[in-house]
Amino acid sequence: MDIHEYQAKEIISDYGVKIAEGGLAHSPEEAVQRAREIGGDVWVVKAQIHSGARGKAGGIRVCKTHQEVESVAQELLGKTLVTKQTGPSGKVCSRVYVEAATDIAREMYFCILVERSAERIVMVGCADGGMEIEDLVDSNPDVIKRIYVEPAVGLQDFQARKMAFALGIEESQRNQAVKTIKGCYRALRDLDANMLEINPLVVTRSGELVALDAKMNFDANALFRRHRIFELRDKSQIDPREIAAADHDLSYIGLDGDIGCMINGAGLAMATMDMIKLAGGEPANFLDVGGGASAERTEKAFRLVLADKGVKAMLVNIFAGINRCDWIAEGVVHAVRNIDMKVPLIVRLSGTNVEAGRRIIADSGLPIIMAETLADAAEKAVKARNEVVARERGGKV
Amino acid sequence: MAILIEKTTRIIVQDFTGKIGSFHAQNMINYGSNVVGGVTPGKGGQRHLGLPVFNTVKQAVRDVGAEASIIFVPPAFAADSIMEAADAGISYCVAITDGIPTQDMMTVKNFLRRSSREERMMLTGPNCAGTISPGKSMLGIMPGHIYLPGNVGIVGRSGTLGYEAADQLKALGIGVSTSVGIGGDPINGSSHRDVLEKFAEDSETKVVLMIGEIGGQQEIEAAIFARENLNKPLIAYIAGLTAPPGRRMGHAGAIISSAGESAAEKVAMLKELGATICPTPSAMGETVAKVLSRM
Repeated sequence: MDIHEYQAKEIISDYGVKIAEGGLAHSPEEAVQRAREIGGDVWVVKAQIHSGARGKAGGIRVCKTHQEVESVAQELLGKTLVTKQTGPSGKVCSRVYVEAATDIAREMYFCILVERSAERIVMVGCADGGMEIEDLVDSNPDVIKRIYVEPAVGLQDFQARKMAFALGIEESQRNQAVKTIKGCYRALRDLDANMLEINPLVVTRSGELVALDAKMNFDANALFRRHRIFELRDKSQIDPREIAAADHDLSYIGLDGDIGCMINGAGLAMATMDMIKLAGGEPANFLDVGGGASAERTEKAFRLVLADKGVKAMLVNIFAGINRCDWIAEGVVHAVRNIDMKVPLIVRLSGTNVEAGRRIIADSGLPIIMAETLADAAEKAVKARNEVVARERGGKV
Repeated sequence: MAILIEKTTRIIVQDFTGKIGSFHAQNMINYGSNVVGGVTPGKGGQRHLGLPVFNTVKQAVRDVGAEASIIFVPPAFAADSIMEAADAGISYCVAITDGIPTQDMMTVKNFLRRSSREERMMLTGPNCAGTISPGKSMLGIMPGHIYLPGNVGIVGRSGTLGYEAADQLKALGIGVSTSVGIGGDPINGSSHRDVLEKFAEDSETKVVLMIGEIGGQQEIEAAIFARENLNKPLIAYIAGLTAPPGRRMGHAGAIISSAGESAAEKVAMLKELGATICPTPSAMGETVAKVLSRM
């Protein structure tokens, strides 16, 4: 789960990391109010969306007057920002963070994350931070310092010092650097975060270490014991279909194609989507209904897939292990009868009680296209989709 | 010889008396697995499904000689149960539980590494369908009837995609020596490579089918091991050709986060390392058949 910059900053500030003075605003008037409270004569107005690379998308702006703060906030609030990380549909900005401008002497990169292949927490640092870090890493991977932390003993001072030296920290800033690095580690550990990235971490002209940006991502599996973090979830930043799916304990991801999918198991779902693509089609979504696909869940899954008005055909592929094909078939028949389905439906069942399942669908009298194998299912789905598209084109001409 | 579990392997079920534990314990018993009891803290001394219930794994090891364990404990407590099994001297543990926090698994792996390699408990999962040696023993939640006994070793992250493979093999009359689900979580007990090491030593296994996914480097590491040490053909399929970069596809592990992890890149590297690639997920059975016919 992602959170906003201002939320991450509040968290790391509690862990002893220095941040610039700032405040959140939901309106241009509030933004000006925040600027007044902060004082000074230069501010940065930052769009709060769940994405990096906001600067290049015009989401981070330096303002020199209250009037400018107001007009920038006016422009950003309600705007959909498209960055390198959001995808073409972008993310809507409904909050801005107003911050005192920082007098930057030097920018560094610092990140701490759970590295799955090493099964450990790793600190990653680079003496040169800022917007071009990705390009820098591509051209010269040696500039990156990685330090692994033993889970049983935790981060030690010498490791934090080693990182501080790698970041090019001067003697006078060393204690603050160690405090910053250890604070980040504690925040990651205490709150079940997967990642905490500060880019850039800056040294100011007065020699202070300040986190100019902060990004945190949390382990969804641990939210049951992190209620305070779960409350930071901003639904406006997540595809509404994905939220609806999560509420029904289904795993859904909207994609750009037009063949709707309902499959059990993430691996089989990915494999089925691959088959659709190989057959010349494009999946409209990823949907894993999980192991126990009851009639009620099946209907909810159908509604979710068909809520995407771009769907031209729907493919159901279930390999019944724990559950049984006859139960699934009943669920499918029930769902089709309850929902006014306008697109062709292709069903492939396999596994436990497959014969009984096929019989139920055949006996239902519904216009469901049955498929035998994975390949057969994908081909039939693409064919049905093409027929729908051809008909639509014919109708329009 | 199969790997990991045999007909005689003495199995206990952790969270034995719970709804899910009971259901699958009964299925395993029906399949012919040698289930000798279970653990539910606080219910020790009772009997369940005609078998003894213990308060601790240690008691089950002492009283009924438990060797292998299967875990259905809810996610908040599952890591603790895995460590209890390791501490009690269980040699093989399957964790079925889905949703264990990543940092808990980090602790588990660290705990397991305290033992020497020879003494260390083997863990597969979490978030997996388990392990089956067809006709001998089932330590998992899979539909046992889709697996024919035979000589193909299967290792995969995904449950249902593994079923799909077994089903395609069965349709061609090809059987399985052992099928191992390693689970879809970011940190799992055993990697593809760990399981290949077991298959390398197994005389009954003639070829190995590895079913991978996008995300992580595990499949590549396994193929590097296989090129030097497997001494039998490796066949691979990688799911997720169509997955957009950076999106989570249900399995926490299946995230494309850096170069070399997309399905296409993985396939190219596996080919280079000498693995036979299943071009499509519906060709897993026929690809294995083709490799077998050349042997």
